[in-house]
Amino acid sequence: MVLLLSMVLLVNAQTPDDVIKNVKAKLDKVNDYQAKGKMKTNVIFIKAPVANVKVYYKKPNKLRINNESGISFIPKGSVNINLGNIFVNTNGFDIIDMGIEAKTNLRIIKLLPRDENSDVVLSTLYIDESQSLIKKATTTTKENGTYELHMTYGKYADYGLADKVIFSFNIKDYKLPKGITFDYDDGSKKKESPDKLKDKKGKVEITYSDYSINKGVPDSIFK
Amino acid sequence: MLKLLRIELFKIFKRPRTYIAFGAIAAVVILFQVGMKFDGKTYLDLVLNNVSDSFEVSDEFKSKLLNGYFICFAILNILLIQMPLLVALVAGDAIAGEANMGTLRLSLTKPVSRTQYMLVKFMASIIYTLLLLIWLAVLALFGSMLVFGTNSLVIFRSEVIEQMNSYDVMWRYFAAFGYAAVALTTVSALAFLLSVFAENAIGPIIATMSIVIVLTILSEFNIPIYDKTVKPYLFTTHMVAWKGFFYVQADSDNKTIDGTIQNLPAILRSMGVLVIYIVGFVGTAIWIFRRKDILT
Repeated sequence: MVLLLSMVLLVNAQTPDDVIKNVKAKLDKVNDYQAKGKMKTNVIFIKAPVANVKVYYKKPNKLRINNESGISFIPKGSVNINLGNIFVNTNGFDIIDMGIEAKTNLRIIKLLPRDENSDVVLSTLYIDESQSLIKKATTTTKENGTYELHMTYGKYADYGLADKVIFSFNIKDYKLPKGITFDYDDGSKKKESPDKLKDKKGKVEITYSDYSINKGVPDSIFK
Repeated sequence: MLKLLRIELFKIFKRPRTYIAFGAIAAVVILFQVGMKFDGKTYLDLVLNNVSDSFEVSDEFKSKLLNGYFICFAILNILLIQMPLLVALVAGDAIAGEANMGTLRLSLTKPVSRTQYMLVKFMASIIYTLLLLIWLAVLALFGSMLVFGTNSLVIFRSEVIEQMNSYDVMWRYFAAFGYAAVALTTVSALAFLLSVFAENAIGPIIATMSIVIVLTILSEFNIPIYDKTVKPYLFTTHMVAWKGFFYVQADSDNKTIDGTIQNLPAILRSMGVLVIYIVGFVGTAIWIFRRKDILT
């Protein structure tokens, strides 16, 4: 019986190439979109309100986050919020299958870009095979450290578009001389987390409320 | 008292030197605004240098940052350190100026007590200080809002960046200007006290300026031994507490909470220290003046 089940599973198991092909096919359905959302920035040295943002995307890798009612600190590399960006590589990539993650049952696949000049060194994708959706992605770059994406899907899952994206990125220390700022010392203690490494990571969380897909986005938005 | 106050105000605003402070404020504010209008982005590069490695710092981002609220904060940051010197121009002249002109004895022949006379003189100095602040608010806040528009306010502190929604800014400015009035009144009270000892206005004005400069430098010293022993007792340390109104409370995710202040009790404590100084300076001035032989 066990042998039979294993055989059925083997027959149905997708090759890593198939998994990537299916994920890419889903993402390829989207030529452009604009979406409304709320953006929460969580960086140790920035105290900021939640921002109402508009996110614009156009194939192959144009992405813009606009806070129309105010100012937002947008992290570098935020273009990676768009998952299609992972597959934008002119010379393609080598695919390495890392198997299934026991806890989450997600397929782990690593992509190694063949282009030696590519800024991306390695992408690790955690894929829900049954829905062909990337649930988590880690991208290591030459210049800007490592980015991490966590996605939660809802009604736009058919297009591979997440309802909520958490984008983690590396941050550098921030410090200005007190002689410039003339700070008032109100006695409040500096916020420090016990995990120093955590302080070196920033997080941006975008919760989308509405997508308008394939309705056209003018290029002028991205200038 | 009211009649006496009116006379004092008339005397203050009749003197051309009174308008030096108004002119100086207008010059600084307008020059700063013009500079920011044409080269504000270069100014911002200095403060944004630290974050440009991690965040997108586009020209559009900079132009949004350079709004009226930000410009006003930058102006106050510069001017509220220098403004005490302008306040001293009138308060330092209050008694010493009369002594210098030889009108002090004559003034005291009126049917008012010396205490009343001193209180009226000090009240006139306070009114002058308030008018100076209103002038600053009109030019720096409303002028900048008119020229640069409004948007979220971002403040670059030494180790933290504070951001607040545009609708959450105006009340903070009103509170800050209110606090600045108390802070400048402290300097006014010091100049007023020194004015009692002199028979020439230059002395108390320069002495006040020197004291404020020395204590401000001491307040900004980054020497830990002074942090708990000297700084808490200097009035100059508490004069910058107006900035506390722009330090916002945040939740565990660093999300700011609209309408909050990070440490209101600390600001009130600072205000308390300034009020004690004001009462101390003015009280001492009156006490000395009541016992003084008026010879001129």
